Amino acid sequence: MSPLLLLLSLLVLSVAGFLIGQRKALNLAGSVGGTSRLHSLPVYYGALTALWCCLPAFFMFLIWLGFEQSIITALMVADLPDEVRALPPARLNVLINDIRSLASGNIVSGEITPLMRNAAAQYISLKGIGQMITSVIVLVAAVAGVLLVHRRIKPELRARNQVENVVMGLLVVCSTIAIFTTIGIVLSILYEAVRFFQQIPVTDFLFGLEWSPQMAIREDQVGSSGAFGAVPVFAGTILISAIAMFVAAPIGLMSAIFLSEYADRRLRAVAKPLLEILAGIPTVVYGFFAALVVAPMIRNSGAQLGIDVSSESALAAGLVMGVMIIPFVSSLSDDVINAVPQTLRDGAYSVGATRSETIMHVLIPAALPGIVGGLLLAVSRAIGETMIVVMAAGLSANLTANPLQAVTTVTVQIVTLLVGDQEFDSPKTLAAFALGLVLFFGTLFLNVIALTVVRKYRERYE
Amino acid sequence: MQEVVNKTTVEKRILAPRDSRKTIGTIHVSKPRMVCRNVNVYYGDKQAIRNVSIDIGCNEVLAMIGPSGCGKSTFLRCLNRMNDTIDSCWVTGEILFDDKNIYDPSIDVVPLRAQVGMVFQKPNPFPKSIYENIAWAPKIHGIVESKSDADEIVETSLLKAGLWEEVKDRLDQPGTGLSGGQQQRLCIARAIAVSPEVILMDEPCSALDPIATAKIEDLIEELKTQYTIAIVTHSMQQASRVSQRTAFFHLGDLIEVGMTKDIFTKPSHQLTEDYITGRYG
Repeated sequence: MSPLLLLLSLLVLSVAGFLIGQRKALNLAGSVGGTSRLHSLPVYYGALTALWCCLPAFFMFLIWLGFEQSIITALMVADLPDEVRALPPARLNVLINDIRSLASGNIVSGEITPLMRNAAAQYISLKGIGQMITSVIVLVAAVAGVLLVHRRIKPELRARNQVENVVMGLLVVCSTIAIFTTIGIVLSILYEAVRFFQQIPVTDFLFGLEWSPQMAIREDQVGSSGAFGAVPVFAGTILISAIAMFVAAPIGLMSAIFLSEYADRRLRAVAKPLLEILAGIPTVVYGFFAALVVAPMIRNSGAQLGIDVSSESALAAGLVMGVMIIPFVSSLSDDVINAVPQTLRDGAYSVGATRSETIMHVLIPAALPGIVGGLLLAVSRAIGETMIVVMAAGLSANLTANPLQAVTTVTVQIVTLLVGDQEFDSPKTLAAFALGLVLFFGTLFLNVIALTVVRKYRERYE
Repeated sequence: MQEVVNKTTVEKRILAPRDSRKTIGTIHVSKPRMVCRNVNVYYGDKQAIRNVSIDIGCNEVLAMIGPSGCGKSTFLRCLNRMNDTIDSCWVTGEILFDDKNIYDPSIDVVPLRAQVGMVFQKPNPFPKSIYENIAWAPKIHGIVESKSDADEIVETSLLKAGLWEEVKDRLDQPGTGLSGGQQQRLCIARAIAVSPEVILMDEPCSALDPIATAKIEDLIEELKTQYTIAIVTHSMQQASRVSQRTAFFHLGDLIEVGMTKDIFTKPSHQLTEDYITGRYG
C-alpha cells in the first residue's frame, strides 16, 4: 500500500471512528435518559474515537517514514558481497547512491553491473515488504484505537476534557515548530561557518579590511587573492541601512502622526491603504527605480555641483530602500498611536495643550515601545534587503563612509557567493555562511535591544 | 480606534428630534461666571442637547444630575469645547465666558481650556512622573520660567489637591503607579496647576472607592472658595453633599434648576421628584 493510499484509508477510518463513537454515545444517551446525562456532548465522544484512531497510527507512520531509508539501506548493504563492503566509505557511498538511483529509475553515475542490478532489485523488494508491514501496523493501530475507545465510552467518560487536552497538545506542537526551525537554521549555518573558519582565521574575517572572495583556481590566475576581511561588507550594510532609516524613520513617523491625529476619517480610509501599497511593490521593481532613475539623478546633480558621484552609489540604494520601508514604520506607528487611550488625549487637551504638544509630550511617549518596535523591524528589513542593493549600489566592497561611492552589503555578497555552481569545500562558498552567521547574530542583537527598550518603557508607562 | 469607540457610545444617547421642554426654576444667579443661552448640541443630524440655558455662578458648585444618556456630560464638555475633538459634533447657541461666546471663531481654544479645566470620569494621568504630570501644562503655557517656579507650582497644586503629603518623596515616580483615588487627585492637581477659574468634573468619583470619594468631596468643598465648579454625578448623595445648585437633565432637556436643598426636599417637576426618589432612572 503506497503511503498516500495509507493516509487516505487512515482518514476514512477516522471518519468511521467518529461516527461509531458518536453513535455509541447517542445510544447510551437514549438508554440513560437524554444527552444531558452524559458527561460530554456525543460529538466529543466521536472526536475522541477519531483522535485515538488516527493519532497513534499516524505517529507510527511518521516513525517509519523517518527511518525507512536507513533501515532498508542497512539491510541491503548487509546482503552485499564481502569484497564490496570492504570498499573505502566514499566509494561505498557512491555505489549505494547508484543502487538507490537505479531502484528509483534515475540516472546512474557509472556503468550498471549485475551486482548493482541485483542489489537494486533487492532494495525494491525490501521497500515493498517494509511498506506492507507499515500498512498493516498502521491500520491495526487505527482499528485498535477505535475499539479501545469504543469499549471505554460510558456516560461518565470525560471525553470533552480529553479532547481539550489533545487540542492543547496540538497547539503546543505547532508553537514549538517555529522554535525548532530556528534552531535548525542556526545549526546548519553554524556547521558550514565552522568549516569556513577552519580555513580562514576568525580574526582575519572579522577584522580584515579587504574583501575579495575570488579564489585562484590555477596558479597563474590574476586578481584572485582570496581576501576575506568582512569589515567593508559590514560597513556597507550599516551605511546603506543608516541612509534608509534616515529617510524612513522621520517620514514614516510623521505620516503616521498625520494619519492618526490630523487626517479625518475619510482621508485616512483612503490614504492608509495607498501608503501600504508601497509595501506590496516587489523589491526588484524598487531596484529598477533605484538603478535607472535615482542613481543617474544623483550622479547628474552631483556633476552639476562639481562632486564626483559614482553611477552606483550607496546614496541611491539607501534612499530608495528608505522609501520602501516607510510603510513599515508608518503603519505600525499609526496603529500604536491609535491604540493610546482617548482619555489621555482628553487629559492633554483639557489643560489647554495644542495638538502638536499633545502628540510630542503625551502620545509619542505613551506609544514609544510600539514605535521602537516598528523602527527596529524596519532596520532588520533594511539589513536583509538585497535586490535594491544589487542593482543600485554595486558589488565592489569599498571601505568608505562616503555615501556617493559604490558599496556592497552582506546579503548581496551572500547571493553572489552562492549563485551558480559552487564547490562546497572552497572558502569562497563557505564565506557566505560565515556572513550569514554574523548577520543572524547582528539581527538577534537588534531584537534583544528592541525587547529591552520595550520592556523598560512598558514598566514606566503602564 | 478609540475615537470611533467613543462615538458609538455617544450615539447611544442620541435622541429623536422634537421640541425642547421648558425649564422650571431660576436659571439666573447674581454673579455668573459662565452664561449659557439656548445651547443645542448635535451629533451629526441627531440632537443631544435642546435649548439649554443656565448660569454658572462664581465660586459655586453646580451639580448636574439625570439618568444616563440625558446629555449632562455632553453639556459639560461644551463648556470648555472638549466636544471639538468629535468630528460630527456641532454646537449652536451662546456660552459666554468673560462676556465672550466661547464658540466664536475668534476665540482660541487653548487659553480657554487653561481657564476652564476638566477632570474626567476615569483618572487619566499622563505617562510621566508625578512632577511632570503637573509641571507640563504650566510649561507649555509659559507660566513657569525657571525650575524653582515649576517646583513651587507643583507643590502648591499638590497641596491644594491634598496629595502633597502622600507623594512628596516620590515626585519622580510615574503618576500611573498611584492608586485610583490618588490618580484622580493628581488629575485635579494637574487641572489646578494652570490656575483655571472654572473646573469641570465629569463623574470624578465613579471609578473610586468610598474613602477616595470622601477625600475628593472634601477637596471640592475646599476648592469652591477659589474656583467655580461644575460637576456631573450619578450619586444623589454626592450632589446634595457638595453642591449649592443642582440642575436636572432629562433626554437632552434641562428640566429643573434650583438651590440644591430645594431640589432635594421639594422638587417642582414630577420627573425630578421621580428621579431623586429613585422611582425612575
